[in-house]
Amino acid sequence: MIRTENIVKKFGKLQVLKGVNTLFQSGEVISVIGPNGSGKTTLIKCILGMVVPDSGKIFFDGKDISNDFSYRKDIGFMPQIGHYPENMKIGQLFAMMKDLRRISSELDEELLEEYDLNNMYQKAMRTLSGGTTQKVSAALAFMFNPKVLILDEPTAGLDPLAAEILKEKILKAKKQGKLVIITSHIMSEVDELADSIMYLFEGKILFNKTIMNIKTETGEDKLGKAIAKIMKQNNHV
Amino acid sequence: MFKISKYVFYDILRSKVIIAYTLFLLIISCGLFIFQNDISKSIISIMSIIMIIIPLVSIVFSTTYFYNGYEFIELLLAQPLSRRTIILGEFIGIAFSLVTAYLIGVGIPILIYAANATGTVIIISGIALTLTFISLAVLASVATRDKAKGIGISLMLWFYFSIIYDAIILGILFAFSDYPLDKAVIVLASLNPIDLGRIIILLKLDISALMGFTGAVYKEFFGSNFGLIYSISIMIVWIILPLSISIKIFKKKNL
Repeated sequence: MIRTENIVKKFGKLQVLKGVNTLFQSGEVISVIGPNGSGKTTLIKCILGMVVPDSGKIFFDGKDISNDFSYRKDIGFMPQIGHYPENMKIGQLFAMMKDLRRISSELDEELLEEYDLNNMYQKAMRTLSGGTTQKVSAALAFMFNPKVLILDEPTAGLDPLAAEILKEKILKAKKQGKLVIITSHIMSEVDELADSIMYLFEGKILFNKTIMNIKTETGEDKLGKAIAKIMKQNNHV
Repeated sequence: MFKISKYVFYDILRSKVIIAYTLFLLIISCGLFIFQNDISKSIISIMSIIMIIIPLVSIVFSTTYFYNGYEFIELLLAQPLSRRTIILGEFIGIAFSLVTAYLIGVGIPILIYAANATGTVIIISGIALTLTFISLAVLASVATRDKAKGIGISLMLWFYFSIIYDAIILGILFAFSDYPLDKAVIVLASLNPIDLGRIIILLKLDISALMGFTGAVYKEFFGSNFGLIYSISIMIVWIILPLSISIKIFKKKNL
């Protein structure tokens, strides 16, 4: 589904990505984790075409994305912090997104209803709390029934109920055969949702394993402890 | 592309700055026509004012709008839209708003009081100046991510084209007054969209005799049909060139 070949990205002198090779297949939930500043968001932005890599190629469904934009119709993106036009009302925002995307498949407005955003159409975006903005981001990401969902720290800022709703929605998407890429720092959440983990460290992939393997290899049954063990081992090397 | 422009236009309408700008232009041009009996004198006054105000407002407004609307651009980038479409959509949206403001504020009074060839030339060169300075604003905005820097660059560009450039030309004319400068003067005028607009309007007013020798050179060149086609093409280049450079930069930009 998505394949990256040797992605290198520098911001000034700082080398954020140092040759990332990955393969994401549909029907799986992959969690990209790593310490702050390890290049998770940059990698995601490269896949979305928001950041142009210095070298390396990204393929979406076998097609090189470097001079393409149409592949983004198959991606739903939920940013870490959503920035929306401040003067716009929620209703206007959704109407605009529907207008801008030429809708081919049916709309998925489940989250819109579950988050009760339907009744907030008259609220201006600048008056929303961080959590409500996140709900809007989530609803937008799922709305166009994309084949791929990219969620950058999706539950940060959401209340427990909203987070549960989103998690269920993610598991549902997985069952529908979608590819879900999540970045998160909350290990219990990763444990619940993801099939495998891609660990980024200083711009390189340290490992890319299924959660089952990680747990058996480290002998821990909590993912958080298992990851911590691996991180410690790496620091000693 | 036009869908993006539509939302940009709605957004600009909501900000009320554009309405103030329209009213300001309307009051100035109506006032100059009403309180000045000699129409050609009013036209010259209007010209002097718009040659300063239009570039300034166009470039500062567009740059500020571009930075304030960054969220919108970010949102669009994650959608199946090319970066070229996004920039052109923004440009057309801003251009449509500012040109409409100009047409209402200056175009209508001119049509009422001075609906002649000179009036048409003023309207056309005003539109061309508006578009040129929006185009330069887009270039300044994509050149840097820092809002203060972007607006600084815009103001510098305006300052350069309205004031510094004329001083440089004067200096050159003075220093090389012993040499034939007719061709050089035409080239120099083409390198500044504001000068180009001003010359075309002045020539239509038939007061080029007041400009002495240079006026005669201008008259001979810009007064001819070839000169007219030449100046229109140069104005179009002034609109398209900064815009296409901006698209090139924006395509490689990290957001």
